[in-house]
Amino acid sequence: MTRPGVWPLCAAGAALLVASVAVAITIGPADIRVGDVWSVVASHLGWGSSGLSPVRDGIVWELRLPRTLLAAVCGAGLAVCGAVMQSLLRNPLADPFVLGVSSGASTGAVVVVVLGAGGGLVSVSAGAFLGALLSFGLVLLLSHTLGGTTDQVVLSGVAAMQLFSALTSFVVLTAADAETTRGVLFWLLGSLGGTGWTDVRICLAVLAVALAVCLAHARTLDAFAFGQDAAATLGVSVARTRLVLLCATALLTAALVSSAGAIGFVGLVLPHAARALVGSGHARLLPVAALAGAVFLVWVDTLARTVLDPQEVPVGVVTSLIGVPVFVLVLYRTRRAR
Amino acid sequence: MTAARATGARGGAHTHAGRGGAHADAGRGASHTDAGPAEGLRARHVTRTADGRVILDGVTLSPAPGTTVGLLGPNGSGKSTLLRLLSGVLAPASGVVTLDGRPLAALGRRDIARRVAVVEQQADTQAEMSVLEVVRLGRTPHRRAWSPPSGADEEAVREALARTGLADRAHQSWHTLSGGERQRVQIARALAQEPRELLLDEPTNHLDIQHQLDLLALVASLPVTSVVALHDLNLAAMFCDRLLVLREGRTVACGTPGDVLTEDLIAGVYGVRAAVTRDADGRPHVRFLGTLGRPAPQESADARPE
Repeated sequence: MTRPGVWPLCAAGAALLVASVAVAITIGPADIRVGDVWSVVASHLGWGSSGLSPVRDGIVWELRLPRTLLAAVCGAGLAVCGAVMQSLLRNPLADPFVLGVSSGASTGAVVVVVLGAGGGLVSVSAGAFLGALLSFGLVLLLSHTLGGTTDQVVLSGVAAMQLFSALTSFVVLTAADAETTRGVLFWLLGSLGGTGWTDVRICLAVLAVALAVCLAHARTLDAFAFGQDAAATLGVSVARTRLVLLCATALLTAALVSSAGAIGFVGLVLPHAARALVGSGHARLLPVAALAGAVFLVWVDTLARTVLDPQEVPVGVVTSLIGVPVFVLVLYRTRRAR
Repeated sequence: MTAARATGARGGAHTHAGRGGAHADAGRGASHTDAGPAEGLRARHVTRTADGRVILDGVTLSPAPGTTVGLLGPNGSGKSTLLRLLSGVLAPASGVVTLDGRPLAALGRRDIARRVAVVEQQADTQAEMSVLEVVRLGRTPHRRAWSPPSGADEEAVREALARTGLADRAHQSWHTLSGGERQRVQIARALAQEPRELLLDEPTNHLDIQHQLDLLALVASLPVTSVVALHDLNLAAMFCDRLLVLREGRTVACGTPGDVLTEDLIAGVYGVRAAVTRDADGRPHVRFLGTLGRPAPQESADARPE
């Protein structure tokens, strides 16, 4: 069970990610080369001029680059959240949405879009973020009241998920017209279309903070391998650690879902794929899961926006259509390797 | 050492008195409160209740350094709860658990984990881990976030593997190990914590007899103070220096195996008829003859007030 070092893996993953972003940007109706991408990025960072027409410069800098970067940030964030949730709650089926955050976000978004709450002053993202926090607060309160074990956290999350899904359906079915319903549905399934730099900046900042918090707790997460009592006897303050990590991952998930909708599957499966690659030590698992998730979602989003061009497929649909067979393959190979 | 050695109430005399052991402990407890800072891990008159039910009632335990103390008693007698109080995972409703004279509640989890290690009845994980990785978990309380393992960390892990005979298994996957090997790995993990006190909750429960003997011989040979909950009276007699017997959360007897394991006590605590013989070095040997059908008459009068 010798494993490759974490630094070579991360360096290779980072190189792969940069290359993926650069290449993914060139794919699409407008003809753009990788060299163009570099020169546009360089010119916007203040190193000379790109020499491209303003339109093509705009396609790269205003449309494709932020969208591709948000895909990378979402992929990385969801994979890290999933890995942390699975270890913390000792549940291989846990994902970033297990705390009901995505359902709360959906309800928040729908309330803004369909009912026009906030009178146009509150954006869809802000509504989604508020909904996500509300749902997460409810889950924390409920699980604390029930006794605060990991099982009760999961059960509270499932309860919140059901509640907010029902609220979302209720609002959509009673108040929305066909056109709004279609728009809402697209958002609910996850979409990176129409991404601006504001989304990228917010999500990247939250990702950086949450990732730092999770990495600082990498060894503590390792100690949860044999359960929370075992973690406690290894010197971990279980309640404090759980609260810190649940809050960090819930905030990150809320930020991602608010910008890109509930993109399923990445947070559930990429952590398992990363474990198959580097084992379950979190100092290695978390960075590798982040890079794998980022590369994965960059390519899946590229596929989602090009495969039925000019129509766009919700990225969440594509993650599942591609991810499930890959997942089965990974599980099968892991089982054989044992 | 000698004071602590002489701790227990003489077992046989208290067989029929539910509170007898606890009272005897109380009287003796005062005599060595002056034992100084090196007194190790102690429970004094600890009580624990859950949902209004008393699970542990005024139990005192003060193992002498380096000895192996066996906790005996039927299911639900409070053995696991006492161990969880000793490890600080649970807090007593009254009474106090002290480590070198300081209450556990006043110590950080990390400080406790550097002194007291725990081996559970049956530990398992879904994580794909090697033996080495599991044993390295024992260094958790000694390491800081971000820092790589120090030379001392690696040395402690190496020594723990060697002492448990797992040095050549270090890279084997946890999931390919047998039950006995897993418990051995858990003990290695506990040793990597470099504890002075080791708490084990029925560590032999799921093992075959060879591995039971192996495991307890290993525990008894370790240079730490061990408190081990056991079901098997003969194993307890073979490997423990002292025994504490609980029934319905109360101390029934405390002392050397020879003093504690009498036919009367076994009848009173377990409701079982037994013949106790002694081998050459005075260790009792228990042979079970059958159940009593119902508790002995004086037993029910004393311990079951209804």
